[in-house]
Amino acid sequence: MTLTPVETLGIILAVAAGTQLTRWLPFWLFPEKKQPPAVVTYLGRVLPPAMMGLLVVYCLRNVSWLSAPHGAPELIAIAAVTALHTWKRNVLLSIAGGTVLYMVLVQAVFV
Amino acid sequence: MEETQRHQRRAALRAAFPATIPVMTGFLCLGIAYGVLMQSKGYGPGWSVLMSAIAFGGSMQFVAITLLTTAFDPIQAFLLSVMVNARHMFYGLSLLDKYKGLGKVRPFLIYVLCDETFSLVSTLEPPEGVAGKDFYFWISLLDYLYWITGTALGGLAGNLITFDTTGLDFALTALFVVLFLEQWKKPENRPAGIIGILCAAVSLAVFQADNMVIPAMALVLAVLLGTRRRLDRSGEEGGR
Repeated sequence: MTLTPVETLGIILAVAAGTQLTRWLPFWLFPEKKQPPAVVTYLGRVLPPAMMGLLVVYCLRNVSWLSAPHGAPELIAIAAVTALHTWKRNVLLSIAGGTVLYMVLVQAVFV
Repeated sequence: MEETQRHQRRAALRAAFPATIPVMTGFLCLGIAYGVLMQSKGYGPGWSVLMSAIAFGGSMQFVAITLLTTAFDPIQAFLLSVMVNARHMFYGLSLLDKYKGLGKVRPFLIYVLCDETFSLVSTLEPPEGVAGKDFYFWISLLDYLYWITGTALGGLAGNLITFDTTGLDFALTALFVVLFLEQWKKPENRPAGIIGILCAAVSLAVFQADNMVIPAMALVLAVLLGTRRRLDRSGEEGGR
């Protein structure tokens, strides 16, 4: 431990306060009992698909595209997830299949 | 009366649990990694679990390890947490409606809102006969507990894991891909989905991995607002 216990607790509370602010802010700005402005309702509808796309790219942020294997394990596994899911529509099967394939690829194929 | 309520809650748990299994895989894996890393810096399981339970910050907790191993600076810790977690604000905006009128569980749902819980709650609908409130509650609680459990395991017994877990955390990437495909099923969601991918890709190319999130969010917001006239069909009456 670099910090004292009290300082550590201080950092934990500071991190919690910052994180919680981001979680509560929208609910404070647009309370339950008031109808939010139309633009907010619009954003609430289009943000989920947009954020899902963003999160997929975010998960791939540390892939080095310019050096071997050029993100091949990630792209192959994502293609497998997409194919499995389009075929069977079973969330767990798609995720388990893609994850096992990815583990084989990074541990045994693209070493 | 109470009997049926308990029955309904159990039905909600049965519906919610399978949906959270991918999160369990990812969170146990990353939580263990976090517990081990904290341990290696001299912060035992008590501290890592406390951080996970109170702050529940995912990637921010990894960033916070740096803050715990340097001179004491809570202001910086606060500001950094706001920036790293700014995407939560978009999640809240999207859930204003679903989290309306949920009574006592609502503050808890907001307290533990994270990427994975948001993705599940915003994409999945509770099955027939299950109240949204119970369904969202179980998803939120289970995800929260997975993270804390993983952290505790990592701090207590991280060194005992002997099989190669490299790549196991791909479960979370796969989860987001699947939920993206679920969103994709509705044609009206597709333009926004493509906008999200492109904005994030542009931001990643320009600002690099560590700084991509805030610019990506700003870009998504700007493009979604700029294309509102085309994308917002909710105002059109009569249907086409």
